[in-house]
Amino acid sequence: MLKVRNLKIGATVYPPNAKPHDIEIVHGVSFNLERGKVLGLIGESGAGKSTIGLSAMAYGRGGVEITGGEVWLDGVDILTHGMGDLRKLRGADVTYVSQSAAASFNPAKRIMEQVTEAAIAQGKFSRRKAEIRAVELFNKLGLPDPEKIGTRYPHQVSGGQLQRCMTALALCPAPNLVVFDEPTTALDVTTQIDVLQAIKSAIQDSGVAAIYITHDLAVVAQVSDDIMVLKMGKTVEYGPVEQIINNPKEEYTKALVSVRSIYHQEKAPTVNPVLTVKDISARYSGTTSDVLSGINVELHPGQTLAVVGESGSGKSTLARVITGLLPPKTGQIDFLKRTLSPDLNNRTKEDMRELQMIYQMADVAMNPRQTVGTIIGRPLEFYFGMRGAEKSKRVKELLDEIEMGDGFIDRYPAELSGGQKQRVCIARSLAAKPKLIICDEVTSALDPLVADGILKLLLDLQKREGVAYLFITHDLATVRAIADSIAVMYQGQVVRYGRKSEVLSPPFDDYTDLLLSSVPEMKLGWLEEVTANRKMVSAGN
Amino acid sequence: MKVPLSAIVGLFFTGIYFFIAIFAPWIAPYGLTESVGDVWEPMSREHWLGTDNIGRDLLSRMIYGGRTTIWIATAATVLSFTLGSILGFFAAVIGGWADQTISRFVDLIMSMPSLIFALVVLSVMPVTMFVLILLMGLLDSTRVFRLSRAVALDVNVMDYVEAAKLRGEGRAWIIFREILPNALSPLVAEMGLRFIFMVLFVSTLSFLGLGVQPPVADWGGIARENGQGIVYAVPAALMPAIAIATLAISVNLVADWVLNRTTSLKGGRG
Repeated sequence: MLKVRNLKIGATVYPPNAKPHDIEIVHGVSFNLERGKVLGLIGESGAGKSTIGLSAMAYGRGGVEITGGEVWLDGVDILTHGMGDLRKLRGADVTYVSQSAAASFNPAKRIMEQVTEAAIAQGKFSRRKAEIRAVELFNKLGLPDPEKIGTRYPHQVSGGQLQRCMTALALCPAPNLVVFDEPTTALDVTTQIDVLQAIKSAIQDSGVAAIYITHDLAVVAQVSDDIMVLKMGKTVEYGPVEQIINNPKEEYTKALVSVRSIYHQEKAPTVNPVLTVKDISARYSGTTSDVLSGINVELHPGQTLAVVGESGSGKSTLARVITGLLPPKTGQIDFLKRTLSPDLNNRTKEDMRELQMIYQMADVAMNPRQTVGTIIGRPLEFYFGMRGAEKSKRVKELLDEIEMGDGFIDRYPAELSGGQKQRVCIARSLAAKPKLIICDEVTSALDPLVADGILKLLLDLQKREGVAYLFITHDLATVRAIADSIAVMYQGQVVRYGRKSEVLSPPFDDYTDLLLSSVPEMKLGWLEEVTANRKMVSAGN
Repeated sequence: MKVPLSAIVGLFFTGIYFFIAIFAPWIAPYGLTESVGDVWEPMSREHWLGTDNIGRDLLSRMIYGGRTTIWIATAATVLSFTLGSILGFFAAVIGGWADQTISRFVDLIMSMPSLIFALVVLSVMPVTMFVLILLMGLLDSTRVFRLSRAVALDVNVMDYVEAAKLRGEGRAWIIFREILPNALSPLVAEMGLRFIFMVLFVSTLSFLGLGVQPPVADWGGIARENGQGIVYAVPAALMPAIAIATLAISVNLVADWVLNRTTSLKGGRG
């Protein structure tokens, strides 16, 4: 039904000191897709997945142009279509589900109006029929109260529900092809399962062809029939899902399949913990319920405590309480045998020096107007009074530790890649010689291969410098890889806490069971198994 | 870097006006107060723009007038900008009661129409250049306060500012090294626009007789003095009007260009 032959896509680059010129970003990609089948497009950021997916409706986002090849949709090359024909095609025969449903819905209109808009405007169904179809789709996708949910506004439903509404929007005009662009990447692990299951059954029931774009191989293994692995705009491997997952041929594919190969020997607890959180409860002023209640955890020197939970569970709030940005209602925090003042303003410079933090989004964690040298050098100046040659020497040493060279000293953050930015943030916190670093979802915004590199770096640094990590994450695979002790959080409370081996072995409480079973495994048929065995409904549903 | 045609035109004219303003005594063919000809003579080779209502060379009056207008407008802009941005950043970073107090006080001043306020003040105070600059600067600093506070608030919530706070950096560092470099671009573009408003404001005050006092010339004053000539088809009063208009448009074009260049940069308001 969809035949793509030798697709070439180009874009214009504007290098800072040279003339703008055109380059090719997708180099001759070909694939076939039949009705009722799902093709998974997988690769890292910048590989060209979304660009190729959108070319199925002859669209180039951000000014990219389709410069060559053919896209045959039902026997017609849509690349030769004029604008009028393409308009009839888009939203009716080929539809698109984007990564962020929140950004794609108009907050001023009700959901039903938006879900049926394309179907009605393209003349596929009358208003009544379209609305009946929409309610049927809401029901099939497992949304609560399918009759009434259409009357709500987008901000009145949760993230997972909105993503399913977006899927209903794409399926409402009964298209031939749906392009799913990373639909579950922005969702929690437990919500992801429900949405994946909903998408899979909707695709099977309606018999559409689908292109499923993602960077998570485990997820794509659950929904696709064929997989195409992309790297830098070229096809690395293309074949049926069983072959790619169980028998990958290329090196790159093998690397993607076996990611998270880090193994870390769990350490035993010591006598003197570096951080003790005693009975902390916190509440934002002006609200009526506690954001955190009765948190009791300990962290030992040179070890990692992983704090796991979904969004809204209170993990980042715990970090804010520890750093003093949010004074707690009750409880106290002991750091290196002294009690920390609850408010940041009353803490000493030494306290602040020994407790550092690394953020999730490295691009906003660094001042865009400061060079890498200034960013790393400031803690040295500020805490140790280093200046001149001594400071430059230490900055070079730190750059070596994060495996980046001297040439980076004069670069600005905008000139670095995602992984490099995070490394600079790590160097900045190391410069202060801290005893404890709070890592707030530091790898969540990175590609799996890059994230792997960062985790390995963090573990090496821990061995060398003996620094303890409070590692906040929602990714259980990371936790298995690097933690010594784990605290599972749910709705502001710690539901399970202990050494890694204890926490990860049964018997589990209901929530930990839900969490552990929600991590997609690189196993075919895993999705069906899990949905059949679920004991508890996730909070973000 | 490709400079669009509009910006080149803007830069050219702005440059000429500022050049004339700075080098006025060396450029003007006649003195400021010399009566050298007949009343309202038409344009000729001796008097390129003709003469004004008491026989002074209009071109020289315009040149010296430009100097006065531009000097007052520049000084007032610098004053309003310094005062407005420092208070704005301060309010954004401190927050709480200090922010509320300053903001409400600024709201109070902004609620009064500036022209009326200025006229009232100028009718009781001696109308010297110092008073004019001070008054204009203070009135306009309220607008700059609003903008710089908004920009600073945008930057204040960024993670890198939080990282600086967690490091223990003092308020001065946060304002001058973290917030200011990122807030500079939209503020610089705004500076151009405020300058134009100052030119118009001082010209209006002079036209109403409460700005620059004769015999010192400024464009608004020249328009006032020669206003009657319109009835007799003497174009003398139009000269300052054209000058004000062209200066305003040129500075506007330059400010547009600066603003367009800064919207694509990260940090600060786009």
